[in-house]
Amino acid sequence: MSNISKAFEKGKAFIPFITCGDPSLEITEQIVYAMEEAGADIIELGIPFSDPTAEGPVIQAANIRALSGDEIVTTDKIFDLVRKLRLKVKIPMAFMTYANVVFSYGAEKFISTCKEIGIDGLILPDIPYEEKDEFDPICKKYGIDLISLVAPTSHDRIRMIANDASGFVYCVSSLGVTGTRTEITTDIGEMISLVKAAKDIPCAVGFGISNPEQAKKMAQHADGVIVGSAIVKIIAKYGKDSVPYVSEYVRSMKEAIS
Amino acid sequence: MSKGRFGVHGGQYIPETLMNAMSELEDAYFKYKDDPDFNKELTDMLNEYAGRPSRLYYAQRMTEDLGGAKIYLKREDLNHTGSHKINNVIGQMLLAKRMGKTRVIAETGAGQHGVATATVAAMMGMECEIYMGREDTIRQALNVYRMKLLGAKVHPVDSGTATLKDAVSETFREWTSRIEDTHYVLGSVMGPYPFPQIVRDFQSVISREIKAQIMEREGRLPDAVLACVGGGSNAMGAFYHFIEDKNVRLIGCEAAGRGIDTFETAATINTGRLGIFHGMKSYFCQDEYGQIAPVYSISAGLDYPGIGPEHAYLHDIGRAEYVAVTDDEAVEAFEYLSRIEGIIPAIESAHAVAHAMKVAKTMSKDKIMVINISGRGDKDCAAIARYRGEDINE
Repeated sequence: MSNISKAFEKGKAFIPFITCGDPSLEITEQIVYAMEEAGADIIELGIPFSDPTAEGPVIQAANIRALSGDEIVTTDKIFDLVRKLRLKVKIPMAFMTYANVVFSYGAEKFISTCKEIGIDGLILPDIPYEEKDEFDPICKKYGIDLISLVAPTSHDRIRMIANDASGFVYCVSSLGVTGTRTEITTDIGEMISLVKAAKDIPCAVGFGISNPEQAKKMAQHADGVIVGSAIVKIIAKYGKDSVPYVSEYVRSMKEAIS
Repeated sequence: MSKGRFGVHGGQYIPETLMNAMSELEDAYFKYKDDPDFNKELTDMLNEYAGRPSRLYYAQRMTEDLGGAKIYLKREDLNHTGSHKINNVIGQMLLAKRMGKTRVIAETGAGQHGVATATVAAMMGMECEIYMGREDTIRQALNVYRMKLLGAKVHPVDSGTATLKDAVSETFREWTSRIEDTHYVLGSVMGPYPFPQIVRDFQSVISREIKAQIMEREGRLPDAVLACVGGGSNAMGAFYHFIEDKNVRLIGCEAAGRGIDTFETAATINTGRLGIFHGMKSYFCQDEYGQIAPVYSISAGLDYPGIGPEHAYLHDIGRAEYVAVTDDEAVEAFEYLSRIEGIIPAIESAHAVAHAMKVAKTMSKDKIMVINISGRGDKDCAAIARYRGEDINE
C-alpha cells in the first residue's frame, strides 16, 4: 500500500492545496510545516503553470503571483523546496500541475526526481484516463501514485477509471473549474459507491469545498476532503503573514471531519 | 497511443469532466459525416447562405508586376461574414443542432470566428456567447459591435495575456461548467480530438473547390498553395485535398511579429517546441520549464502560441513548409494587394500574400501559385492606419 493510501487509514483525511511560490517559496515552506502541524493528512503542492485551464479565478491568480514574483519560481526551485521540506515533513505530499510542466521537463526525469525528493503522488488535471499511458507506467516504475479523477459527467467511465486508479480517487464535486461554491448539488454518495464497486480505494472529494459544514457533509460519504481555493484566498489576503491564518483554518476543517 | 493522432501530435489532453462530451461529439460526427441529409443541408447552407463556392481569381496585375509565377487568389474573403470561418461554423452548428444543443460558445481572436458563430447562431435561433481577449476587443472593436448586433453576448477575457490563447482557455472553462445544453464551436484545427479532424473536414471545401477550379482554368494542379497559419484552419482547408499530390508545394505562413529572433513573435513552428496544451500535443512557444510564452503579432487572428496537430505532423514529415512573416512584411503586403488588385485582405491573409511576393519572383512564368485570401481586411483598416502613424476613427 502506498503512503498516500495509508494516510486514509487513521480516519477521514484532510488534504489542503497550496500553490508553490505564492507569495514566495519561503512562505510556502512555512505554510507546509504549519498545515502538517494543524492536522493535514496529505499536502497537495501546486507547481504553477502559465495557463491553468482547470482552475477558477482564485487559483489562476495564485499561479500568476507565483510566476511573476520577485523570485521566478521554477520546477527546479520547487524540487529544492521539497528536498528541504522532506527533512521535517512526515505526511505524504503530491504535486498538482499541468501535463506540459511534466512533459517539457522530461516525464522520466520529472517523475524520478519526485521519487528522489520524497513526493508520493502526482495530479494532472489535463490527463484523462485515455492519455495516462504516457505517464502512468513511469509513475509505477518509481512508486509514485498518478491520481485519477472522476467528475459528475463521468457516469459509465467511473468503473474503468477506478479499476486502474492508485493512491486515491479524486472525486470532482461539481461541474466547472476549481473555486469555492455555496452549494454542491452532485450526488457524491452515488459517485463514490460507483468507485468503490469497482475497486476498494480511498475517495477524496474536491472542488468547491470551503467551510467546515460542507467538509463535514462531504466526509459523510468520502474518505477525505480536498480544499484549495479557500486556502489560496487566505494566502492572497494575508500574503507573508498568512501562516497562522492558514494553520487555524486547516485545524478547523480537520476537526469538522474528524 | 490515444485517439486522434497525427504522428505523435494530437490526442485528448483535457479534464475528465469533458471526456463524455468528446465521445458524444465524436459519435455524432461519425454518424452524420457521410449522412446524405446532413450533407445536403450543409451544402445548401454553404451555397445559399455563405455564398459558396468562393471565386478563384486570376491576379493578373500582381502576376505581371512580380514577373514570375501565375498567381490565383482563392477568395474566402467573399464569403458571408468575410472569412473562411463560416465554413466550419455552419458544419459544427448543424452538428450541434442534431445533438440537441441549444446554446453555443466560442473563442475568437480577430473576431472573425466570433462573428461567424454569432451570425449562424442568429440564423438558427441559438443562444450564443463569445469569449475574446480584452486586448483583442480593443484591437477589433468593430467586430465586438457586430457580434453584439447579431445577438451574441461578448465576454472580454482578462486572464493571462488577454489574447486568443486566454479566450480559448476561458471557453474551455465555461464548457466544463455547462455541457448539457452547450456546444463549443472551436474555431481552428486545434484542441482535443475530434476537433482538429472536424474543423479540417469542414474547411476542406476550400481545397476541394481550388482543385476543381484550377483544373477547369488551367487543366492542371498548381505548383504551390500558400496560406497563413495561426491555429491553422484556413491553411488546413486549403492544403487538405493536395496532401496526396506530392508535386504541389504547401506553404504555411506564420506570424513572426517583430521577428523570430525577438520575443515578440507568434511563429510556432519556427520558434516553438513539442508540448501539451489546449487539449493537444503539438508545437508551442514556451520557456524551458514548459510555461506558455506570451506571443505577439500585429494580427489578432495569428496571435496564438500553438499550431494545429496536423500541421505539426505535415511539418515533421516534410510535406508542408512553414515560413515566418513579420508585421512589417504583412503590412506592406496588405497595402500592396489593396493597390494592385483592389482587394483589401485581412492582415492575417496578408502574411500569405507577403510570402507569395517573395516566392513568385523566384518561380518561372509557367508555374502556378494559389494564395488563400482567408478573410477581408475592412476590420484591420483602423489598426493598419495606426501602425502607419495615422489616427483614424473606426
